[in-house]
Amino acid sequence: MTSGLDARIGEALARLPDYLGGHVRVSMTALALGIALSVPLALVSLRRPAFRAIVLALSSVVQTIPGLALLALFYPLLLGLAALSMRAFGVSFSALGFLPAVLALALYSLLPVLRNAVTGLTGIDPAIREAALGVGMTRRQALWMVELPLALPVIMAGIRTAAVWVIGTATLSTPIGQASLGNYIFAGLQTQNWVLVLFGCVAAALLALAVDQLLALIESGLGARRRGRVIAGILGIGLIVVGALAPGWSQPKARYLVGAKTFTEQYIIAALIAQRLQAAGLSAARREGLGSSVILDALAANDLDVYVDYTGTIWANDLHRNDTKPRAEVTAEVARWLKERRGITLLGGLGFENAYALAMPRKRAEALGVRTIGDLARVAPRLAIAGDYEFFSRPEWAAIRAAYRLTFRTQRTMQPEFMYPAAASGDVDVVAGYTSEGRIAQYDLVVLDDTKHVIPPYDAVILLAPRDANDRALIDALRPLVGAIDVELMRAASLRATSAAGDRSPDAVARWMWDQIERKSGTR
Amino acid sequence: MPENVSTMPAPAVISFERVSKHYDGVRTLDGVTLAVAEREFLAIVGASGAGKTTLLRLINRLTDPSEGVVRVEGEDVRTLDPIVLRRRIGYVFQNIGLFPHMTVAENIAITPRLLGWDAASRAARVDELIDLVRLDRARHRDRLPHQLSGGERQRVGVARALAARPRIVLMDEPFGALDPITRDALGRDVRGLHDALGLTTVMITHDALEAVLLADRIVVMRDGRAIADGTPHALLAADTDPYVRELMQTPRRQAERLHELIAGPRP
Repeated sequence: MTSGLDARIGEALARLPDYLGGHVRVSMTALALGIALSVPLALVSLRRPAFRAIVLALSSVVQTIPGLALLALFYPLLLGLAALSMRAFGVSFSALGFLPAVLALALYSLLPVLRNAVTGLTGIDPAIREAALGVGMTRRQALWMVELPLALPVIMAGIRTAAVWVIGTATLSTPIGQASLGNYIFAGLQTQNWVLVLFGCVAAALLALAVDQLLALIESGLGARRRGRVIAGILGIGLIVVGALAPGWSQPKARYLVGAKTFTEQYIIAALIAQRLQAAGLSAARREGLGSSVILDALAANDLDVYVDYTGTIWANDLHRNDTKPRAEVTAEVARWLKERRGITLLGGLGFENAYALAMPRKRAEALGVRTIGDLARVAPRLAIAGDYEFFSRPEWAAIRAAYRLTFRTQRTMQPEFMYPAAASGDVDVVAGYTSEGRIAQYDLVVLDDTKHVIPPYDAVILLAPRDANDRALIDALRPLVGAIDVELMRAASLRATSAAGDRSPDAVARWMWDQIERKSGTR
Repeated sequence: MPENVSTMPAPAVISFERVSKHYDGVRTLDGVTLAVAEREFLAIVGASGAGKTTLLRLINRLTDPSEGVVRVEGEDVRTLDPIVLRRRIGYVFQNIGLFPHMTVAENIAITPRLLGWDAASRAARVDELIDLVRLDRARHRDRLPHQLSGGERQRVGVARALAARPRIVLMDEPFGALDPITRDALGRDVRGLHDALGLTTVMITHDALEAVLLADRIVVMRDGRAIADGTPHALLAADTDPYVRELMQTPRRQAERLHELIAGPRP
């Protein structure tokens, strides 16, 4: 157990330079941008009460948007802007990761700085303001020599609040592709690695605390006119920034970026792909924990080079189809659509399907006499069903319900990792699980037959970005994975990654998988 | 300038020609005509709301008249850049108005700094002024305003007004917030500086005794009009306007009472 813990902490530490560097870069840039925006806004609004009311109201509204949603909204926005700028000026920029995260977090930091700047500047004694004009200052001189210095302690307090918020919220920039300390938290949640989750939380909290204390030092130095404290505070923050970013400067930038969505299987496969590229002498980095809606757009925009998606997902979400066809036909249609509409190459299938499937605990299913989804219709009004964040809003669910006339007593949305234990303990009766997951067997669930073939096939397929369509080196490195992973191997790998024993990091599991693949091809 | 004075019939340093001022329909000044001669110490007395402060603010263009013309050293102030104008007129504020984040030295040197004096001449001037207003270089130079007593603060306020060697000094109830002893001492010092530096001073006060004791000439304001104008002696003797009589009665009665007390009980 201790060696397992050591291994997990070692694994977490190994990724610290990348994640901490990303976190510091994104949060400090956002904070600087937020200050650069809100102080002038406060100044402009000083003599315009109506404008001030509007700006303060708007920034309050921004504050009520959940951080995750705000970050997610900036991705499509920037994608649109990048396309516009490409058309207008012939220059494009990456809408993934850094830029949307910085903009969303900067917006988030607006309110505390703006509000404190307005409070600080309007709170100045009118007699002082009159004296500034009386001794012969211009408006600008009065602002710089008197009003801003007097308001500075209050403004600094606002900056401190903003810094803590931004550093905390930056952990949510993982799903839009910005490496941050949130990568620990998202990966840990997926693989039930609580050491990793805790590591991410503590690291983010320590960073926030350190920055807050250094800003407090600057604040007190300004208040007491102690230049030493101000300089010490600024140096401290500079040291954090340089210390966090320096390891990144010495590392060469990886040529290929491998994407992964937010679940265990994706983390393992991304690790496997990255290992294959490195084995072929190609430099590769990973962007993990990407949102399902972000990742395909990112690939089409060349912000990623390769990731694995599922034909049924694209069939339903992007082709907006609610019929189904045999596996090969769905794959062919999806491949054609991806090439024509998004420029993406479907290199081939890994060899397994990860379909949505309705599953029940074996004993419960036998007691109720349920073997197919059709059998469920009878008993569903008494049962509770659980699904992941997207399942109940996906077209497959609508199709299943319509085809089998299903109405459940309740439907609950859960993190997939908690769905299976909930079914095993009887909290829910039916789960919308995934066929490649090891836990269906682990928790002794049975998959109910889709006799009407409503659920489309979900072949795991390797997708390549438009710019990599003819990259021989990349394609040669990935080719051995095509058709190499059957559903049993994938299930075993997923189970391994979430089991309590041994080194179960995605990298270790991916190495184990490659061993299995080589062994099998050797015996063939 | 001196040769002008000798060739012309002594022009007023500050003059108001039928000046009116209204804010949102409320008239705070109503056709005031007034001239302040060179080296004169003029006190303006009156109740609050009589228009005293507005009159003062018109001189350095902290506000502009609705009607009429204000002249400083012969020039219509509307033709002058207000920033340049303010830098050549000293101003002592009612509530002192020191900048709380600046030291005594920095406060005093503010107008010279705005005028672009170099650091050495600023420092020399600060030392000179600290002596002039009877503060202590070692003890006060690098203090912040909140570390000083009320009287010390207003001495800094006076020093700041004099820093750029103005010929005109405006004072808006400069001693209002001070205790009687400090007030008397500072009042006498200010009058001394006025004489020694050859200033033209306009001081607002609501205290008739202070006006009588310090000023060469007193203007009484009421409801935006100058209702009396004369030397302290003339106003103390005047018997025309009931308000002026009422106003002047206080110092007269105080003087009489003091006189009696000093003379001792009658046998």
